[in-house]
Amino acid sequence: MISAATRLENAEDLRQYREDLVAARDPKARRVRICLGTGCTAKGAVKVLELFRQAAEQLDDDSVTIETKCTGCHGFCERGPIVVVDPGNIFYQNVKEEDVPEVWQESVIGGRVVERLLYKDEQTGALASTPEDIPFYRAQHRIVLALNGVIDPTRIEEYVATGGYAGLAKALGSMEPEQVVEEITRSGLRGRGGGGFPTGRKWTSARNAPGEPKYTIANGDEGDPGAFMDRSIMEGVPHAVIEGMIIGAYAIGSSQGYIYVRNEYPLAVKHLTIAIGQARDMGLLGENILGSGFSFDIRINRGAGAFVCGESTALMASLEGRVGEPRAKYIHTVESGLNGKPSVLNNVETWCNVPQIILNGADWFASLGTEKSKGTKVFSLVGKVKNTGLVEVPMGMTLRQIIYDIGGGIPEDKAFKAVQTGGPSGGCIPAEFLDQPVDFDRLTELGSMMGSGGMIVMDEDTCMVSVAKYFLEFLKQESCGKCVPCREGLAQMLDILSRITRGEGREGDVEMLQSLGELLEDTALCALGKTAAYPVLSTIRRFREEYEEHITQKHCPAKVCPGLFRYEIDMEKCKGCMVCAKKCPVEGISGEKKQPHVIDQVKCIRCGTCFEVCAFGGVVKI
Amino acid sequence: MAEDQTADVPGIIDRYGGDPGMLIPMMQDVQTACGYLPQADLKELSGRLVVPLSRIYSVASFYSSFRLMPKGDHTIQLCMGTVCFLKGADKIAKAIQEEFQVTPGATSPDGVFTFAPVNCVGACALAPVMVVDGEYFGGLGVDSALEQLHKIAEQGPPAEAPAADEPGASLAGVGRGKEIQKKAKKAKKGKKKDASKKDRGGQKK
Repeated sequence: MISAATRLENAEDLRQYREDLVAARDPKARRVRICLGTGCTAKGAVKVLELFRQAAEQLDDDSVTIETKCTGCHGFCERGPIVVVDPGNIFYQNVKEEDVPEVWQESVIGGRVVERLLYKDEQTGALASTPEDIPFYRAQHRIVLALNGVIDPTRIEEYVATGGYAGLAKALGSMEPEQVVEEITRSGLRGRGGGGFPTGRKWTSARNAPGEPKYTIANGDEGDPGAFMDRSIMEGVPHAVIEGMIIGAYAIGSSQGYIYVRNEYPLAVKHLTIAIGQARDMGLLGENILGSGFSFDIRINRGAGAFVCGESTALMASLEGRVGEPRAKYIHTVESGLNGKPSVLNNVETWCNVPQIILNGADWFASLGTEKSKGTKVFSLVGKVKNTGLVEVPMGMTLRQIIYDIGGGIPEDKAFKAVQTGGPSGGCIPAEFLDQPVDFDRLTELGSMMGSGGMIVMDEDTCMVSVAKYFLEFLKQESCGKCVPCREGLAQMLDILSRITRGEGREGDVEMLQSLGELLEDTALCALGKTAAYPVLSTIRRFREEYEEHITQKHCPAKVCPGLFRYEIDMEKCKGCMVCAKKCPVEGISGEKKQPHVIDQVKCIRCGTCFEVCAFGGVVKI
Repeated sequence: MAEDQTADVPGIIDRYGGDPGMLIPMMQDVQTACGYLPQADLKELSGRLVVPLSRIYSVASFYSSFRLMPKGDHTIQLCMGTVCFLKGADKIAKAIQEEFQVTPGATSPDGVFTFAPVNCVGACALAPVMVVDGEYFGGLGVDSALEQLHKIAEQGPPAEAPAADEPGASLAGVGRGKEIQKKAKKAKKGKKKDASKKDRGGQKK
């Protein structure tokens, strides 16, 4: 068998290597796959992996082979740590250290299923033993995330064994660069990072642009709060990003690539670094890749903590070692980008789609999705939703299917209020549009956008004014300060919103917010500034009455904004335990032991302490 | 703490072939070595790369992950992402600031905690979440967050502070967790002899 250190000289070597790997796999081997994505790791998966490894080492039986391996994120972060046992693809959730001996003895050794760790359907009570039985996975269609949770991201052998780098071999071996561009164009692939620009058109421009060298860049500066698609891809299938980039570089004639990874993603940096090293060792990166005469290499740059660096020109400025300030794009970066040379910048998820398109053909890809949005999209479904996690669905699925069928709906059976898509510059979509299909154009029509795929569900307890203020605060902080509309306009808008949430809103505030927002849209320099007012404009458009209520009645209907609602004691629920009276900082609660208490509304400073400490739900917000 | 420590600037410059375009990775390496960007090192970078100090300073102050002051024994990265916000991260931020008398980006007066709220750590299933010295703590409330931090403060400073922004700090590198624990234990032992440090841990109410 060829070891990982062996260089692959041509496509035939790669094919042979794959066959050897597949043949070497013991079909009877038992495997324990432990998710080591950030979510599961934080919930103690490392310890779980260690215990399984120890158990495997101590096993004194040569008749069975047992592999324990770590994988990338399975996506179902809500239920981590996740452990999958093969054969049988048995999916265990919430596996804690103390569960390991039982899983080991019963499931791995004994071949039986440990029922108490299986996923249980809340409605039917049915147990699901494989991921396919779980509604969260059943409705998904995984292309980009297909190998997430299946392979060990730190081992190139596993990627190759499952068909990795076959797309690259096909492109280099049997396609001209123009054909690769043509294939991507025909597939209808659009950028997954936010704008949804057709990837094929971008590549064509870069290929035709004069100037050497050309640069190929992957944007892994996933800055949208509440989004972690790209992180999981880089952590879970780093080789897919690399393979996509090599194919893209071949197509446009580039020799140097960069992956720009967000500073907060150390595990992604580690896995990408390992993957690049392995690809170099095997001759998949570097000089004369697979004997084709084509040479390309990739370098990783870590971001330094600036949201605006997700913008193409700012990202390139940052790669040049400068302050990440965007520039006006009279000349596009495909003509004059990094170091003034033609540069193709695509999002991590976009790059991941490329090998699959080359391998399976443009027609296959174009058969998925809607008329103008092809393929699948990964969303990070988070917020007030039962099944938090990563979901990959074909474009065109409705919001309701995603939030209710896959996401399981809203916890505690609260009412759905809105879903926020597109990151801080996106918009909020209210309940009446739940049956709308999700694709690039439809979301834009609804006054939101696809963005990179964040999908934040909000329930009835969410105050839309305060949400708008949150996003504006974020954007104001992240504004680079280069252009006046963004720097000053956001500050003014935030000032108005803060007044409204403090109960000092004035008539005309909403109109002022609107006109400032439109001004920003028309005059700001970059995409960050142009879209910065969207959260405010979209919440005004959909939830204007909430703004009005804050301003005219000084009342927050969702009871979030401090001071704009009051606390009262529910006489029936109050047990008279005196805890709230003791904790009240202003001694504003009176009442005898075992008798219902009363809040003195004059003394009350609306701090919410009584609400927090009451164990009986006896304090209510009015 | 590492007030006087400086990094091997020529070595770091060599690592990137002396390319001034790689200024940011170089500064990141200096920060990984020292925990912050010491003035002397920035001056040396400026001189050797022939890049004006003003430009280096503009880069250092533009990007939020760079620090110009030494950091505390522990770094709290509190996630301020949308989901954490919806689930009450702002209350936790306020509580941390009051409890440890620390402002965002700064270090507490006793030098124990550096408080660094971040936009999103991408671990939304754990919301609200904070990362302390590379270790994730999820599902927090105001009380549990403070309790956790007091526990960490009591453990004393790690012998060698694992930089939160160093790749690998939070990693699946199995074994590494152990290493950190051991170091923490060692530090604890050492702490008993050192009365001044002992006081740091004694804030718990």
